[in-house]
This record gives sequence, C-alpha cells and structure tokens, in this order.
Amino acid sequence: MKDIKARILSNKEIAPGYFKMALDAPYIAKTAKPGQFVQVRCSDGFDPLLRRPLSIHRLKAQGSPRLRSGQARLKGIEILYEVVGKGTKILSEKKDGNLVDILGPLGNGFTLPTALNLEPSAILVAGGIGVAPLVFLAEELAKKKIDTVVFIGARTKKFILCAKDFKKLGAGLQIATDDGSRGYKGFVSRLLKLRAGTKVYACGPRPMLECIAGMCIKENVECEVSLEEKMACGMGACLGCAVKVAGNEYKLACKDGPVFSANKIIWLR
Amino acid sequence: MVKIGKINLKNPVMVASGTFGYAEEFEGLIDLKKLGAIVTKTITLDPKQGNPMPRICETASGMLNAIGLQNKGVDNFIEEKLPYLSKIGVPVIVSVSGDCADEFCELAKRLDREKHVDGIELNLSCPNIKARGLIAQDKEATYETVKSVREKTGKTLIAKLSPNVTDIVEIAEAACEAGADSVSLINTLIGMAIDVETGKPKLGNITGGLSGPCIKPIALRMVWEVAKNIDKPVIGMGGIMTAQDAVEFLIAGAKAVQIGTASFIDPGISGKIIKGVEKWTKTK
Repeated sequence: MKDIKARILSNKEIAPGYFKMALDAPYIAKTAKPGQFVQVRCSDGFDPLLRRPLSIHRLKAQGSPRLRSGQARLKGIEILYEVVGKGTKILSEKKDGNLVDILGPLGNGFTLPTALNLEPSAILVAGGIGVAPLVFLAEELAKKKIDTVVFIGARTKKFILCAKDFKKLGAGLQIATDDGSRGYKGFVSRLLKLRAGTKVYACGPRPMLECIAGMCIKENVECEVSLEEKMACGMGACLGCAVKVAGNEYKLACKDGPVFSANKIIWLR
Repeated sequence: MVKIGKINLKNPVMVASGTFGYAEEFEGLIDLKKLGAIVTKTITLDPKQGNPMPRICETASGMLNAIGLQNKGVDNFIEEKLPYLSKIGVPVIVSVSGDCADEFCELAKRLDREKHVDGIELNLSCPNIKARGLIAQDKEATYETVKSVREKTGKTLIAKLSPNVTDIVEIAEAACEAGADSVSLINTLIGMAIDVETGKPKLGNITGGLSGPCIKPIALRMVWEVAKNIDKPVIGMGGIMTAQDAVEFLIAGAKAVQIGTASFIDPGISGKIIKGVEKWTKTK
C-alpha cells in the first residue's frame, strides 16, 4: 500500500453521470487484486474533506493492445465511478494530466473459485455502479479460463455499463433493467439460476446483495459480496466502516473487506 | 525539545488518539520515528464492541464520528500492540477511558507496570459512550478521577478535555490541581446530521463528535484561554491540517500539538507538519 500522486491519463463520461478515469500508477497496478480499492482525494482543499473509496475497475497496460507482446507492462489502473455528490463531481471535472492523490491498493479482494470443483465456474452479479470491481475480476477469471456468466442490473439501457468488456472476455451476459428497456424487466436477482459448484460474486446496492446472499445460502452455493460503507481513512485506523458479522462482532469494510463471504454478514442493522 | 511531564519530545507534534490506530496501521506511509509522540487509540478495561453503523459522516469541512471506543481491551493492548509501539523509539502515550474513576485507576495500575508506556492520556471526554455525562463536563468528577489515577501511577498524566462545556478553564484547573502533568484539548464537539431523504440521523448513534478543519477556531480559542490560566503545559488540537495551523496553536500558548483527522486524509501529514513547524521554530 502506498500513497501516490497519480497523473490522470483520461477521464471520460461513459454513460450519463458515470465516469471512467485512468491513472498512471504502476505500483498500484502491479500489486492490486480484484476487489481491492483505492482512496482518492478529490479536492485539494478541505471541503469535501475525506477521500473517496473507489474500487479498482481494471488494470491498464502500457501502450496499445496491438503492440503488446506476451506479458504486458502495467502502467496504471482504471476507476469507474458515479457522480453522487461533491467529491465525485470534482473528480469528474478533472482534466488529463492533473494529479490526484491515491492510496492503495487497499482491503481484501475476491478469492477465485478453488480447484476443489473439477470444473469451477463463476457467476458475477452487478447492480448499477457495482459493476466497477467485477470487470477486473472477470479479467482474472478469463485468464484462468474459468467459465463465467455476468448478470448486469441497471436502471435503463442507457446505464448498462461494461457489457462490451465482459463480452470481449468471453463471458456470458444477461441483463435486467428497471424499466425493461433492455433485457428482463425487474431485479437482476430474478434472472439468477444457481447451480452447484459455481461461485457467485456480487457488488451493488445492499438490498440486492442481501437477496443474492440469501439465495446462495439456501442453495448452498459459495458467494462473495463486495460492500460499500462510509469510510474515513480506508486503512483500519478510524474504525468507521464497521460491518456486523456472524458472532455479533464488527469487522472493517476497509481492512477485513470490502469483500466478505456472504454467509458471514449480518444484514439487519 | 519539548517537555510534557517526564516525557521529552524531540518535536512538539504528536498524533492524536483514535486517528492513528496503534501506529502499525501507518507503517510505510510515514516515518514513525520522526513523530514527537504517539497517542494510541483509546483502550478500556474490557473489550468494547463499538457503536452501530453508520459510524461516520462527512460534514462541511469536517466529519462526525460515533465509533464508540471500539477496542480489544487493555490486556490485548499490552500483549498485541505495545511490543510494536515500543520498538518505534518514540514516546508512547496510551489513551484510556472508563465508566468511572475505578476503571481509570485499574487501567493506570496495569499500564504503570509497563516500562514502554511513557504516559497516559485520560480520555475524560469521549462523546460517544452511553453515560449520564462526560467526566470532563464536571469539574468535581474531573478532579476526583485525575486525583485517584494520580495515586496509582508516576507516569506522565495528561487529561484530555471536552469543548462541550461552559467554561473549559475551570475543568483544566481542576485537572491540574488533582495532579495532571498536562491537559490536551479539544476532543470533538457533539453534533449531528440528518438525511432528509429518510428523515433519519446520519449516524447510528444519532449524535457524534465533530472534528476536522471546521472546529479549529473553537479549539484555538479554548487553547488560548486555558494556556493563559494554567501553569502546566497545554497540548493543543482540533482541526490541524497544515504546519501553519499547528503554529497557530503554538502561538496561542500550546507547548505541543496533536494531529487528528488530518491523518485520515493524508496518512503522512504529520511528517510534513513536523518539517513546517521546525522551519518556523528556526526563523522565530
């Protein structure tokens, strides 16, 4: 984990209110695992005060994909974020070449399906901006040639993010929208068909995660969820991002998570 | 060189309790050896689970927290945290809290036996624990607590005071009369925030402690008031984000400062503040 000043390589709006930012951060790229996050300082001043925890969306390789041969050199990371308040608004207005402080990689990421199953497979479930860490995970799964199906839930077809990225990786894709403008009309969790031996990874709104966790526990399917909590430091010092887990104790989203086994979480506040 | 009780500090910049964990969290992000002193996250006699979520919320130029003194208790601290702290080579000041004077005394007794504990900061002012009021809101309770702890330990004793009072000077005076070597101020101001969408408070505990740059003017005023009225050294804190902020506290009469919330935004900030303060000291 390091606190670095990273140069912005690009910062583009990819859907209304959703931005993708590429950052020059070789150290973080080399050490990052899917599901980990970085703490981004949005403002140079003190309002907004706190950094914003944003998951690592994917790694960025040096040069264009055509020129890459063998093991690509890692240049940095991409973050995918939704403009929801003051901090992310400021972030969205930053220009290429600007510097931002990023601390990372932080937290515990996803664990890949184990070889216990003869043919491991994965199901990824993304709700809204929850898609952000799952592309990095899908890339790792593709490298390991693990059969992957991705379920994306979005408000309308305009807000379906990263569908192309998943397709390019060879993953199966199923889509649900709130208004039915593409795919199934309704909650993405309704599309889910679980089978034994598969591992489910989910990131999105808390009610969605709770629902999927419940389904997986019932079907005895392994499931990891990535949680979002309000955070100050991101490194286990402030104890602000508590998550209640089995045994009635608190774990920290920043250090013990943000990825937790679904069966450990106590969902009721 | 700064002297607080029996502790010699190589510079006047400490890191504040509750914002720096037990130092190991910050390894690699700051040169720990450069710190004036480390004040550790408050410990209690028995482990404390802490408050329900959400525990923090950002406010204009500040933040509210209601962590609820989550910690694993004094025994765990001595076994698991102190060995690391003792190797840094910087004075270790242990922040402690209890529900009554007896608990403070028991904590002091345990810590008094530990040679790597240089000082004890009595957190008389955490606003996030369920009690009738804060010890630091009552001058008699402050006097009694400090006095009874003083009988249990010869280590440097610092009383951490609350800004949530009518007259902080009389509380500071009571602490000093009872034998405190120093007072540190201010702890957080009690505040709250409401989510208009849900109509509910933004903190699980409803109210919390406000910290960050928005509280600095209040902190500075209180440090100035206390410093001119007591003879013991005052440790100033509250919203220090830059070396200039720290210098303001020193000018107001503080002998040392603590960096709190700023470490959340920039884990290496104390190193930068130390450099800035040293520069100011030389040109003064």
